[in-house]
Amino acid sequence: MPGKLKVKIVAGRHLPVMDRASDLTDAFVEVKFGNTTFKTDVYLKSLNPQWNSEWFKFEVDDEDLQDEPLQITVLDHDTYSANDAIGKVYIDIDPLLYSEAATVISGWFPIYDTIHGIRGEINVVVKVDLFNDLNRFRQSSCGVKFFCTTSIPKCYRAVIIHGFVEELVVNEDPEYQWIDRIRTPRASNEARQRLISLMSGELQRKIGLKVLEMRGNAVVGYLQCFDLEGESGLVVRAIGTACTLDKLSSPAAFLPACNSPSKEMKEIPFNEDPNPNTHSSGPSTPLKNQTYSFSPSKSYSRQSSSSDTDLSLTPKTGMGSGSAGKEGGPFKALLRQQTQSALEQREFPFFTLTAFPPGFLVHVGGVVSARSVKLLDRIHNPDEPETRDAWWAEIRQEIKSHAKALGCHAVVGYSESTSICEEVCILSASGTAAVLNPRFLQDGTVEGCLEQRLEENLPTRCGFCHIPYDELNMPFPAHLTYCYNCRKQKVPDVLFTTIDLPTDATVIGKGCLIQARLCRLKKKAQAEANATAISNLLPFMEYEVHTQLMNKLKLKGMNALFGLRIQITVGENMLMGLASATGVYLAALPTPGGIQIAGKTPNDGSYEQHISHMQKKINDTIAKNKELYEINPPEISEEIIGSPIPEPRQRSRLLRSQSESSDEVTELDLSHGKKDAFVLEIDDTDAMEDVHSLLTDVPPPSGFYSCNTEIMPGINNWTSEIQMFTSVRVIRLSSLNLTNQALNKNFNDLCENLLKSLYFKLRSMIPCCLCHVNFTVSLPEDELIQVTVTAVAITFDKNQALQTTKTPVEKSLQRASTDNEELLQFPLELCSDSLPSHPFPPAKEHLESASSNSGIPAAQRAMTVEKASPVGDGNFRNRSAPPCANSTVGVVKMTPLSFIPGAKITKYLGIINMFFIRETTSLREEGGVSGFLHAFIAEVFAMVRAHVAALGGNAVVSYIMKQCVFMENPNKNQAQCLINVSGDAVVFVRESDLEVVSSQQPTTNCQSSCTEGEVTT
Amino acid sequence: MTSELDIFVGNTTLIDEDVYRLWLDVTDAVALRVRSGILEQTGATAAVLQSDTMDHYRTFHMLERLLHAPPKLLHQLIFQIPPSRQALLIERYYAFDEAFVREVLGKKLSKGTKKDLDDISTKTGITLKSCRRQFDNFKRVFKVVEEMRGSLVDNIQQHFLLSDRLARDYAAIVFFANNRFETGKKKLQYLSFGDFAFCAELMIQNWTLGAVDSQMDDMDMDLDKEFLQDLKELKVLVADKDLLDLHKSLVCTALRGKLGVFSEMEANFKNLSRGLVNVAAKLTHNKDYSLGPAVCGTLPLRPLATQRRAVLPESVFSVCPLPRWLPTPGPLGPLHGHPPRLPPAPVS
Repeated sequence: MPGKLKVKIVAGRHLPVMDRASDLTDAFVEVKFGNTTFKTDVYLKSLNPQWNSEWFKFEVDDEDLQDEPLQITVLDHDTYSANDAIGKVYIDIDPLLYSEAATVISGWFPIYDTIHGIRGEINVVVKVDLFNDLNRFRQSSCGVKFFCTTSIPKCYRAVIIHGFVEELVVNEDPEYQWIDRIRTPRASNEARQRLISLMSGELQRKIGLKVLEMRGNAVVGYLQCFDLEGESGLVVRAIGTACTLDKLSSPAAFLPACNSPSKEMKEIPFNEDPNPNTHSSGPSTPLKNQTYSFSPSKSYSRQSSSSDTDLSLTPKTGMGSGSAGKEGGPFKALLRQQTQSALEQREFPFFTLTAFPPGFLVHVGGVVSARSVKLLDRIHNPDEPETRDAWWAEIRQEIKSHAKALGCHAVVGYSESTSICEEVCILSASGTAAVLNPRFLQDGTVEGCLEQRLEENLPTRCGFCHIPYDELNMPFPAHLTYCYNCRKQKVPDVLFTTIDLPTDATVIGKGCLIQARLCRLKKKAQAEANATAISNLLPFMEYEVHTQLMNKLKLKGMNALFGLRIQITVGENMLMGLASATGVYLAALPTPGGIQIAGKTPNDGSYEQHISHMQKKINDTIAKNKELYEINPPEISEEIIGSPIPEPRQRSRLLRSQSESSDEVTELDLSHGKKDAFVLEIDDTDAMEDVHSLLTDVPPPSGFYSCNTEIMPGINNWTSEIQMFTSVRVIRLSSLNLTNQALNKNFNDLCENLLKSLYFKLRSMIPCCLCHVNFTVSLPEDELIQVTVTAVAITFDKNQALQTTKTPVEKSLQRASTDNEELLQFPLELCSDSLPSHPFPPAKEHLESASSNSGIPAAQRAMTVEKASPVGDGNFRNRSAPPCANSTVGVVKMTPLSFIPGAKITKYLGIINMFFIRETTSLREEGGVSGFLHAFIAEVFAMVRAHVAALGGNAVVSYIMKQCVFMENPNKNQAQCLINVSGDAVVFVRESDLEVVSSQQPTTNCQSSCTEGEVTT
Repeated sequence: MTSELDIFVGNTTLIDEDVYRLWLDVTDAVALRVRSGILEQTGATAAVLQSDTMDHYRTFHMLERLLHAPPKLLHQLIFQIPPSRQALLIERYYAFDEAFVREVLGKKLSKGTKKDLDDISTKTGITLKSCRRQFDNFKRVFKVVEEMRGSLVDNIQQHFLLSDRLARDYAAIVFFANNRFETGKKKLQYLSFGDFAFCAELMIQNWTLGAVDSQMDDMDMDLDKEFLQDLKELKVLVADKDLLDLHKSLVCTALRGKLGVFSEMEANFKNLSRGLVNVAAKLTHNKDYSLGPAVCGTLPLRPLATQRRAVLPESVFSVCPLPRWLPTPGPLGPLHGHPPRLPPAPVS
């Protein structure tokens, strides 16, 4: 009895003509939830029916509420024959299950049909009444918040970051069931959409249970993926980071803004179970067993969760008490010990976050990754997906051991992915080994440790660069120098990471997108032989990708990579590797050495000449790049550093391995041994090609920058114009005598041309930066390569951009302000907005703080709020163009970033996780493959926007297109595409709107604007 | 290596105004864009330009369906387009070429006419694609507002969200098409569309059913038959010498100093007046076809238009039931770009 779902069907518009005779439609609606179905009356002869139905009420378990989507089907009534379906709307009601998010879903939803696409819109209102259920043995986890954002969401404060949660569920793919032979494509697509919706609901609920078990209340960095394993089934898996989040308190937050009973649900994770030891006697003891023994029919998942982090077991060593601010040796040891104790209990001390509260990250070791090639077999018993679980457990274990080898106890920026071709599957996981500050990981005995923590860690801006491993016992040959910043600790000469650039890191110049692209031909083979061939190729690919990255980094004159993502894709007859990262010059790391070319045959005169010519070209490029990215590090003489200037040597920060299906783990040392790797030896044409390809990468046109991290290092004055986009390209390779070289060139050209096209298309936004550029490669068929790019273009102010490097003065100013705020006791502001990836220049912050005023009377403040409400924003945008001013469609922004430039996120409304299938049997008529996919992606965007708008939001942040599987059969005039997208629906308020009122009155601090923001919620 | 598929979809639909303009007129814009020197300006390659153009064309093709019913463009959810851009798309889509509209003005907007578009295209130098779009626009607007009550301009504006200026032009086109005024005759060639539009506006305001009763169906489209009947009475202005003189003196008094061709007009007054009156008297007989040329060809349009009160003196008002309200006509000369001269003398 825990919940009552209420649905009202208001009206439809722009319906398609279903009756050719009258050019009209007799539409009615079926509303289905679980096994209950309601119907509206038939609204005769109209393309804009007004049903205005009663409230359809469903009384359901909260478990079902979490798993099931609400299904709304619009049909055309036919007296004599079967009713024709017009289309469907699936509504995920999860956002209604926690009180802080949306309270009602209401708006126009596109009516979607898998064959015809969007066919009109329907206006629906959905509400949920939740009853408080204190049953500890429940299967549901209502109230646990999910965020796709991979940092602590703005307007929340992380009390504790518990750690890794994961889950997977499997099922048979309806597309491969016997019944698919006799049903229509539409029925089959819908069965698939419904099943995946159901599975993701279930998955989310199960993850939620684990979070509750860890006594967290939220999952941050939630990443859910589908593996379409074909014959062997359908796997939905998710990873995330469990946290205990606190809504940033402000007077308004405690107002009885939300009276829904679900509020109490939400608080459960905080309040109940005062007993810290889950394994002690008491109500919590049976929890574990009970959880899984109840309703076994529904528990598809395995039990490995028992392993998951019982925080309460962590010994409470006096973390809270302030340790000294300096990083002396003994302190370091102590820190390590503490961290160790905090993390050791966990099976996997992984964090899917890529940006962290200040002070969380102590040291970064380097990238750790693991891959494994598996043969898929039919999942015989979906209720016990043990094999898949075991596979992932094995890979995670490997990652963990790699991290250990780097002297780290944790892995941050962790992610998992798969690539499937026929029955072979490559599982990959990667992350950044790191040493973390234990304070966040524990039930803070000291609640107000935040300020302390900040104080303590602020001085060490270069801290994260310092090596965490033992200098004498290095896991790989590395060249260390003293930190160029503090001159006390050792740093490596290059640093590769999968995380975002920490906000407090000092960067010289700007960053840039660096990609390594690689193809390898492979013989077609079956099963075991195929898997072996792939696992034999993998190490070489990794090696080459790594070399390419390193060379390109040096060519750019930079010394660190952030946001590194290496994707290996398997196809029938080739393997593709694509690594993307953002290169930067970290001030703490030594200047990178150049690249030198050496020929094998030194006696040949013309050859010699050629080599020197190449060398010159390379040197010129490096110099040019340094200028382009404004890399001019201060000259530091040897004496000051106190150690010889490092001879440039390449080494690997990557430690990884492959394991075959045989489960053998082979370690691969990617460092180049004793050889000085900066020397490129041109001993054959292949190497020549490599050098050439190095030089063919053209920099973006002037006014453009690109990166794959959240924000561009070195640019900090974003203006508010953003344009998110998805671009897809498929090329067909000529099958005639394909060589690795030709393949590489094709692939390289494909990516470069794609980027060039983007620059050209977005030229009107100059100066701008493409942020969060996310490339995905797939090999849908033998000779097809598909590249999908999603990114956001953000404009910035060129004038201010000139002051790229933060001067020490500025920094100290910034610090001073932080300190000030601290003194003023505003911890909340600190944790939200001074969190990582704060995109605005410190100068601007000061301005703001000077202009916004806390002295505004309450009434006036309320007015501000009104103005600042999302509706207001919509109106604001609609002010132009008199004939069109009555537009009713509100603007919804979409961005892969976790923030919106020039705006403040005031509320998170819930996760958006949508899966669509589109199929056509009239490909030519729909404009060919391009027309088909273009329309489909536009439709997906439209449906995401409609859902966000219905939740009352005006933006999607952390948007990601996780899958875009495109298949075509031009001979049959058919095509099919599957798209999976997710993100966080939010309400944002323009800062300029906030400032409108505040600027009229002088003096205040940031706090007031934050408070104003809160009032809206 | 061939590109099988190549698309770009923005959350805010990316619209390049230059490409849009090209799309409205030509089927292949790549060559034209290359000629515009865009490659040199941006340093892009031809392939990039090709891909970009295709993308835009695809987008516009998808938008076209919505542009046929502009209110749909406003409420649709698939393309997120800022309102100012939406207005621009609509306005440009419904814009037409003067040369083209002169060719089809007053013709039946039927398939038959559509077949002639090839010839019109060759004659005017306007691309066939553009001709088709313009013709289809005329026809679509005509069909939608044909059976509606209320003001023609308002209806057009409401259903097509056009600017005031463009809606007025469409009202004229619809009016001419409905009444089949022939405007293609040789002696009418000197008149611009603007001249006709101005006449149409005045006729709609003064001579249609709507001018008498604003609640009628088709009120702005059909001429008021009763009024035309009454016009016969004007014959007295030619037949009766006294009235003719009185008329002349009234007109001349009213127009003195206001007309560049005053002396010419004064000298020819009798002929002019006769022409006018003859046309007026015949309006009822020649139902459809000759009405246009009759009105337009024999009347000194400009003085009629600008100085209507003067041309039709008080005496006329008393005889025929002209509406009591007459528009204050705007300045004509610069608008239509003709030197203020009289048309060829009427044949009578």
